[in-house]
Amino acid sequence: MTEIRIQKTEDRERKKTWVRKDLLSVEELSKEEIKLVLDTAESFKEVSSRDVKKVPALRGKTIANLFFEPSTRTRTSFELAAKRLSADIINFSASGSSTSKGESLSDTAKNIEAMHVDTIVMRHPSSGSAEVLSRCVKAGIVNAGDGIHEHPTQGLLDLFTIREKKKNLEGIRVCLVGDILHSRVARSNIWGLVKMGAKVTVCGPPTLIPAKIEELGVEVCYDLDKAVKDQDVLNILRIQLERQRGAFFPSIREYAAEYGISSERLKKAKPDVVIMHPGPVNRGVELSSAVADGKHSVILDQVTNGVAIRMAVLFLTTMVDSDPIRHPEQASVSERVEGSS
Amino acid sequence: MKILIKNGHVVDPRNKIDGVVDILIENDRIKKVFKKSDVKADREIDAKGKIVAPGFIDMHVHLRQPGYEYKETIETGLRAAAKGGFTGVCPMPNTNPVADRRSDMEFMIGEARRLSLVNLWPVGAVTLKQEGKELTEFGELKKGGAMALSDDGRPITDSQILRRALEYAKKFDLTILAHCQDEGLFCGGCMHEGFISTRLGLAGIPAEAESAEVARDIQLANLTGGKLHFCHISSKKSLDLIREAKKRGSLVTAETCPHYFHLTDAAVLGYNTNAKMNPPLRTREDVEAVKLSLKDGTIDTIATDHAPHSESEKASEFDQAPFGIIGLETSLALSLDLVAEKVLTMSGLVEKMSLAPAKILGLDRGHLSEGAVADITILDPTQQWVVDATKFESKSKNSPFLGWKVKGRATDVFCAGRQVLKDGEIV
Repeated sequence: MTEIRIQKTEDRERKKTWVRKDLLSVEELSKEEIKLVLDTAESFKEVSSRDVKKVPALRGKTIANLFFEPSTRTRTSFELAAKRLSADIINFSASGSSTSKGESLSDTAKNIEAMHVDTIVMRHPSSGSAEVLSRCVKAGIVNAGDGIHEHPTQGLLDLFTIREKKKNLEGIRVCLVGDILHSRVARSNIWGLVKMGAKVTVCGPPTLIPAKIEELGVEVCYDLDKAVKDQDVLNILRIQLERQRGAFFPSIREYAAEYGISSERLKKAKPDVVIMHPGPVNRGVELSSAVADGKHSVILDQVTNGVAIRMAVLFLTTMVDSDPIRHPEQASVSERVEGSS
Repeated sequence: MKILIKNGHVVDPRNKIDGVVDILIENDRIKKVFKKSDVKADREIDAKGKIVAPGFIDMHVHLRQPGYEYKETIETGLRAAAKGGFTGVCPMPNTNPVADRRSDMEFMIGEARRLSLVNLWPVGAVTLKQEGKELTEFGELKKGGAMALSDDGRPITDSQILRRALEYAKKFDLTILAHCQDEGLFCGGCMHEGFISTRLGLAGIPAEAESAEVARDIQLANLTGGKLHFCHISSKKSLDLIREAKKRGSLVTAETCPHYFHLTDAAVLGYNTNAKMNPPLRTREDVEAVKLSLKDGTIDTIATDHAPHSESEKASEFDQAPFGIIGLETSLALSLDLVAEKVLTMSGLVEKMSLAPAKILGLDRGHLSEGAVADITILDPTQQWVVDATKFESKSKNSPFLGWKVKGRATDVFCAGRQVLKDGEIV
């Protein structure tokens, strides 16, 4: 039934609102586009709870997972999403491909495209790599995390989860906690939340708050005990030791003491506060085990919702092929010229 | 061989000429500068409506030979220079191997002589392999033709080494060209640190990475009395320090490049690797400060930091792409905008592109005195053209100005009386 509803009721609406073959960032999405993804995901969420977890929405389409960074969760989530939509999906990982032999990113992508892949899901350690790639291949590009820039499907699934738990996004108070500087999850969340009318605070050590972040429309706070007070949602970011050059904080121990969420600290928060984490959790660092597994935690809902969001994104981007705007790079070119004057 | 350049508007800041006069070249020298000549010459060039200036000098380029001939060669680089209106360029020593020996200087100069295009005045390394550890043989380098010394691209982090270099260079009257960059603050950054770097998720380089090192280098210049020149200054903070130092009598000099008075970090949007250079493009406030500093003399000269890179290198991910853009063929037009915007007078601009760099290098060039070497640039300040990658003489195309409509172009270039550019084409 679901597919029929999507095909018929929402088809016209979708084609009007969604014209992208790529999902490169949340920054580029309008409020209406974000809402469309969330609504589409809601329809797809039900599919995963069926006995037969499959709809033919993308039958005959081929999707490639192109991962230049190790990832289990995101890759698996995309893989399941594609399979539940009946698409064929193949996995490339950097270590097993020719990039280690010096092939450039666009060469690799063009080779994959030459096998008539419709959509490429890419994770890459360089910020902007998804956008750059989208300019050199005709296949759709879904950004599964580019450097410290954005992780749009994570941002969207976080919005979805908040909307699910709090029934709304407008006016909801969300605090992102931890390493904002190196977090693509933070950037995607901030863009999405601000666009949807949520009130966003970022809280972390001053060394991990990027320059002029307040210009994105967020408040900055260094003191977590103050920050937790009136929040509806605490989205706790993972400390990514592998991304940090130099000493941003003296020790994990002190980080946990200042910025970890313990049961004790949670008492200062609203009684109905929701705790989120993109995973994997460093238990005892960002979250105590009691909090991670406690009643406020929606971490596993995020994982479940991730599949639904990725189904929605793969569906929207892959099915856009008959629509006119196939080359959003034109937008960024004109932006560049503006900036160059 | 006598060549008469007549009816041109001659701009010679040193001799305070700014009007229509004729110039007679005899062989490699300027024979006479006079009004309304009736002298017979073997050739006459009518420069009516054009500016006749001392040959332009770009004291900061990268010609990539030896070692990176796929980016540029001495030949393509010097052709680009001639096309851009330059009669002399100073290539930096970050070739492979690093130009840190006398023979490296002799090789480059020999190539330039053989090519017979424009002057090549090489810059030797300050330290062996530009490693910042042991001084090169300044005396030998000078004998080989080194016009200045620099570890450009790599800052000399050890203050004591730079101090010794500045002291020792006094004996040879060589200027040290400083690439100011605090390595700790630079920390793997790839664009200016600010709102845009935060948005794009690119590691930022704060302006203080430049200005902190400028502050140190001013101290060392004052301590030693050595000649220190600041390369490619990009930030207001650095310029405030240099202005203050000059006011207090320090002898430091400074250059900037056209991209620092035309572009801001917004040019990086879309992950445009042709807007990636080091130091990085900064803010509108910095752009305005660069212009003010050109006007008030804080900045002495305009160089290009011409840094060719291949298309595939620049096609890589932003953080992986090399720093640098080409500039020899666009510098003049982009700098003429300063005259249109009344930041500089024509005479002021000509000085910054000819006499000033000559003075910093200790070269007897940059003027049109009788008896001087006939290095002359004739330009048409009104000619409009579009920056087109397919028309560059340079081997590389990495310019952020592609597609720009610009105004002003060199039409003729004489190098020691020999015409190397005629009607905008290499002879």
